[in-house]
Amino acid sequence: MALSASNLNVGDVHEEVVVENLSRGLLVMYAGTSGDYNPLHTDEVYTVESAGYPSVFAHGMLSMGLTGKMLTNYVGDGRLKKFGVRFTNQVWPGDTLTSRATVEEVRGDEVDLKLETLNQDGKTVILGNATARIDA
Amino acid sequence: MSDDVTMPVEATHIMMFARSVADDNQVYYDADYAKGTEVGHILPPPTFYRSVAQFDPNYFLRPKVGEKWFGSAKGPTGIDEKPKSSGGLHAEQHFEYHQPVKPGDVLTVTTKDGEKWEKTSKRAGKLMFTETIQEYRNQNGELVVTSRSVGVKTERPVDQG
Repeated sequence: MALSASNLNVGDVHEEVVVENLSRGLLVMYAGTSGDYNPLHTDEVYTVESAGYPSVFAHGMLSMGLTGKMLTNYVGDGRLKKFGVRFTNQVWPGDTLTSRATVEEVRGDEVDLKLETLNQDGKTVILGNATARIDA
Repeated sequence: MSDDVTMPVEATHIMMFARSVADDNQVYYDADYAKGTEVGHILPPPTFYRSVAQFDPNYFLRPKVGEKWFGSAKGPTGIDEKPKSSGGLHAEQHFEYHQPVKPGDVLTVTTKDGEKWEKTSKRAGKLMFTETIQEYRNQNGELVVTSRSVGVKTERPVDQG
């Protein structure tokens, strides 16, 4: 269902829980489909004992992919023109993430959105922006 | 600058990718369902394009036959020396979507180096940023997606405090 300019207002918010209790299994799946086999995401022994992190952590692109799910659910499939993010904090196994899009500007047949994904402690893990095509 | 990479867009890869970002939108799984949507066909999720790594024969974050891998094996790392840096992290990722993409498309991906810069952070010491631009063109030569990513190498692991 596409968004329509007549129903959109600056400040409108769409929010979804995009993953609950993030599993190491999902990190393995993401490594397999993305082709990014960096052991920091799937190899607990390496990550703790050699790299010095407390555990494996999510690929930034997995956090972005989860955020993208919220975004396409909101704006519709094939409607995105731009989607960009900064990774502001790491995402760990066990995290529950909530992604939020806030309408910043409605311009003719486009909407600009501000994006934020937060973990269960309210810490921001992704900040971003998107532009999508909307109906008049 | 590195060599162009050919990325065939396949329905099975899209299905597996959608699963791996916990997205059960049927437009990624079911061609019949997708036919009835506005788009009219299966399409990749918006972050799919970085999976071009699968098709880059030299991609450095994939274990390769006959080469030592820095992940754990008998010991915590399979290489003799501990890597000097804690490794690269992804700092930013930006996509622009110019044209629709569907299974059966064959994309040619051109990679270009962007800017480089440095910063100092309390949480990870010296930060070295590098920008990479990737342009995805389809079999008709049309630019379909542009990706700009920023990677960061940290002096030490990021402090979680």
